[in-house]
Amino acid sequence: MKTVNNRGWFFVIPVVILVAFNALIPMMTVVNYSVQETFGNNVFFWQGLDWFEQILRSDRFQAALGRQFLFTAIILAIEVPLGIAVALCMPRKGFWVPVCLVLMALPMLIPWNVVGSMWNIFALPKIGMLGYFMNDVLGVNYDMTQNRLAAWITIVVMDVWHWTSLVVLLCYAGLVSIPDAYYQAAKIDGASNWAVFRYIQLPKMKTVLTIAILLRFMDSFNIYTEPFVLTGGGPGNSTTLLSIDLVKIALGQFDLGPAAAMSLIYFAITLLVSWIFYTVMTKDDPS
Amino acid sequence: MARVTLKNLRHSYMPDPQGPDDFALKGLDVTWRDGGAYALLGPSGCGKSTLLNIISGLLTPSEGAILFDDEDVTQMTPDERHISQVFQFPVVYDTMTVRNNLAFPLKNRGVAPDRIKARVDEIAEMLEVTEMLDVRASNLSPDNKQKISMGRGLVRDDVNVIMFDEPLTVIDPHLKWKLRSKLKELHQRIKLTMIYVTHDQTEALTFADEVVVMQDGEVVQIGTPVELFERPQHTFVGHFIGSPGMNVLPCDAQGSHAIFEGHKVALEGAVTGHGGEVRLGIRPEHVRIGETGLPAQVIKISDVGRHFVVEVQIGESRLKVIVEGTAPTQGETVNVSFIPEKTRVYRNGWIATEVPK
Repeated sequence: MKTVNNRGWFFVIPVVILVAFNALIPMMTVVNYSVQETFGNNVFFWQGLDWFEQILRSDRFQAALGRQFLFTAIILAIEVPLGIAVALCMPRKGFWVPVCLVLMALPMLIPWNVVGSMWNIFALPKIGMLGYFMNDVLGVNYDMTQNRLAAWITIVVMDVWHWTSLVVLLCYAGLVSIPDAYYQAAKIDGASNWAVFRYIQLPKMKTVLTIAILLRFMDSFNIYTEPFVLTGGGPGNSTTLLSIDLVKIALGQFDLGPAAAMSLIYFAITLLVSWIFYTVMTKDDPS
Repeated sequence: MARVTLKNLRHSYMPDPQGPDDFALKGLDVTWRDGGAYALLGPSGCGKSTLLNIISGLLTPSEGAILFDDEDVTQMTPDERHISQVFQFPVVYDTMTVRNNLAFPLKNRGVAPDRIKARVDEIAEMLEVTEMLDVRASNLSPDNKQKISMGRGLVRDDVNVIMFDEPLTVIDPHLKWKLRSKLKELHQRIKLTMIYVTHDQTEALTFADEVVVMQDGEVVQIGTPVELFERPQHTFVGHFIGSPGMNVLPCDAQGSHAIFEGHKVALEGAVTGHGGEVRLGIRPEHVRIGETGLPAQVIKISDVGRHFVVEVQIGESRLKVIVEGTAPTQGETVNVSFIPEKTRVYRNGWIATEVPK
């Protein structure tokens, strides 16, 4: 006879403790802050949902959210097609495979703040190579510290440089898993290169591409360090993305209540959009 | 549809092949008539897949030529050759429906839509997949996927040759038989030249009118299943075909007799040639246990259902005998005799007895 009891649950305890300390408890602290007001000295006043209402109605939040969506949309629109294209061009066997893989992986190995500083120095007019080249060789007025468009272009190019590799590597993994017979069959069926891409390569890359898009969405939507180091959110507020604004409110102004409310809204949006992405991209999968 | 001719075909995967060992195919001269069903049979690594890829145009041979009827197609792409190939693992376009899968080769060639529909319906009916036409191909079972791969070859009416590269590898045993007879039936209906590559003798012998047995990049024998069984040209064929394979025993040749373990054994005809390694070849089906003959001791008996496979020892040699009815008992001493018309001598592997008049 087998004894039936609930002792198996004890095995889950370590995970519960771990998750509690690294996610649930900090999260609950944020929830706690988001419904209260404090003037210091550890004195709190109940505030209800006022902060949420205030944040959602504020022009500042809406503008930052708009910039955030714009930024994410731009980098996804560039990195995904570019990543697929690069992955398709990479050799599938031979000497160049490891060389390409290492070259691709290099940008991803560099820490965020280093990437920010690198591009900052690189893009500064007069000092940086890119800045010097644009202004003094090409004669284009390019100054990311003064010009909004220049600042935007710089953060977008920086992100593309840093993260396209992720899409490339994931797509490449999908591509190399396609057996040769598929390409041979396509040749025999007289398929064009486009048809091979559309009916063989793209479907086989779909799973990894879903992961790539999700990761890139979440990462770019939560991006902080690189634009903060590069432009500091400027010029003006032009590159102040959600997370930069959030840090300004929380640590700059020390408005813990509104900052907590904003964090939760931010989190909810990220979660919601990720869920929509995932549901849409996997909806016609066979069970 | 076409006759296929291979002229002195050699292929090496190395850039600069030196000796014959560097070649995966060592000089093939074969002609396959239009509308025939052929099998390429051989163990893994014998070069049969290489040959198949050369015929389909996925590989260009190092030397020699391939002719479809009288046209040299050696340098043509698979598309230009109008061939079709079914692979070991079913290849279907996952995101398409069965209908679109079948229509794909026609669409790529710009065939008119109503013609495509007619062809697809016809082929679907032939393959018995009509009710699945609107199912997504990724949801099919392996045997149905393999049917669709086949269908994509059959749907075109400009196909010269259709080739099968071990197409039943991933199919469940009970469906193998079904699919195999379907193939045979299809061949009888549409009379296309078909080449079937396999390492499974049952598949080869049931499918093909003529079987090409290959070993180490060479053709060892081409013949009907009956010829391969009745008169193997090489000990390899004798051993590879048949279950159990032919007994290959050390012996000496003397006139039109063989001396086997000190006994004189009658052969089908006079022995040809001199020297080399001489072997006696006799199929287990052609050995009799009876009142007269060579004294032998029964070592092992296995009941394989329809008959018994009895292993006996004569002197230093062991041979297998197929016994119908009642089997002798283990350890018993019996007399075995060989049917002279089926008893042959092989020299260095190749048959060395004259055909009886």
